[in-house]
Amino acid sequence: MAELNTGDSGGKGKGGKVRSKKSGAKVDLTAMVDLAFLLITFFMLTTSLSKPQSMDLGLPDKNKDPNQKEENINVDQRRTVTIILGANNQIKWFHGLLEAPEPNGAPQNSTYGKEGIRKELLKRVVSVPQVTGDKEKGLIVIIKPTKKATYRNLVDILDEMAICKVPTYAIVNDIPPAEQKLVDEMNK
Amino acid sequence: MAKVKMSKKSTSIDMTAMCDVAFLLLTFFILTATAKTPEPLPVDTPSSTVQTKLPDSDLATIVVGKKEGKEKVFFGVKGKEVRKAALGYMAQKYKMEFTDAELDQFALIDEFGVPMEGLKQLIAMKNSDRNRAGVQPGVPCDSINNQLNDWILYSRKANIDVNQKELQFAIKGDAKEMYPEIKKIMDMLQDQKINNFNLVTGLRGRNY
Repeated sequence: MAELNTGDSGGKGKGGKVRSKKSGAKVDLTAMVDLAFLLITFFMLTTSLSKPQSMDLGLPDKNKDPNQKEENINVDQRRTVTIILGANNQIKWFHGLLEAPEPNGAPQNSTYGKEGIRKELLKRVVSVPQVTGDKEKGLIVIIKPTKKATYRNLVDILDEMAICKVPTYAIVNDIPPAEQKLVDEMNK
Repeated sequence: MAKVKMSKKSTSIDMTAMCDVAFLLLTFFILTATAKTPEPLPVDTPSSTVQTKLPDSDLATIVVGKKEGKEKVFFGVKGKEVRKAALGYMAQKYKMEFTDAELDQFALIDEFGVPMEGLKQLIAMKNSDRNRAGVQPGVPCDSINNQLNDWILYSRKANIDVNQKELQFAIKGDAKEMYPEIKKIMDMLQDQKINNFNLVTGLRGRNY
């Protein structure tokens, strides 16, 4: 198939010219096939990889009516970890209540990533169900981004939630006065 | 011991068929690949390890970023028919008239960032001129003139009309954007009872 028709066949007897012997001038297709497959690979990968990644975020319903009193849901303070996101990629977090933190859970600074907040979260994802004695009652993380936090900080911390498989987390925007002190410390 | 004689065949294989198939596939992938259009508002998205892909249709993207030193919000909907229908609704609301040619031209714009008053000029422009500096100031989204809110509302309506599906929303924010700017958009979506949306992110490994 990939031979060039050199005209030897059927050309005999005419003119009686001396022709070189039939030498099946095959074209080497190897390079062409190589190139074709290379391009295929390129296009296959770019079509599926160029789709942007995304992160699902579900927020609770907003209470639009200001007169309607919010129902107070009592949450076991042993389950909650509050993370405050501050300026310049700073984090402050505490476990339990601010006034009465759980053991090793007093307010402290941390950083994003593997060496920072992730260690603490992974520890608590395991320890909280043991403390409460109920598998359903796992860790609850409350994320409080301050005004000086960047969008990257928010995505980073949400990403930590996904990596650590935190069962429940919420983004809360109001910061009570006691926590505001911590915020001011960070956002000086 | 009789040696098994190998027949003296040439070792080269006929590659024609393979070459045919390879080029057929190549053509297929080239044609299905969508050319990347330049974004009017380029943003540097933060990265995450989550690997969910954005849907291809029924999606509106709100781009929040900084260009020329100003915070800007751009808006885009997937689907030409949806865009047309959304503009139809917006024209009614803002009492403007668009010709069919203008509607068709608008359907080709992926993302835009102009107030309603400047939309006609934007449609009339050439494709290459639209991305020039200073042409698109962003969709107004403050409390006095909240056109973004209307765009969100009417493109949802338009998507239900055209595709009979609820429109999904994606927020594509620049990593350096401050949280209140993003929160403003989230609040706007939540005011319309959209509590579930996507944040567009890049990809990274787990060990950062």
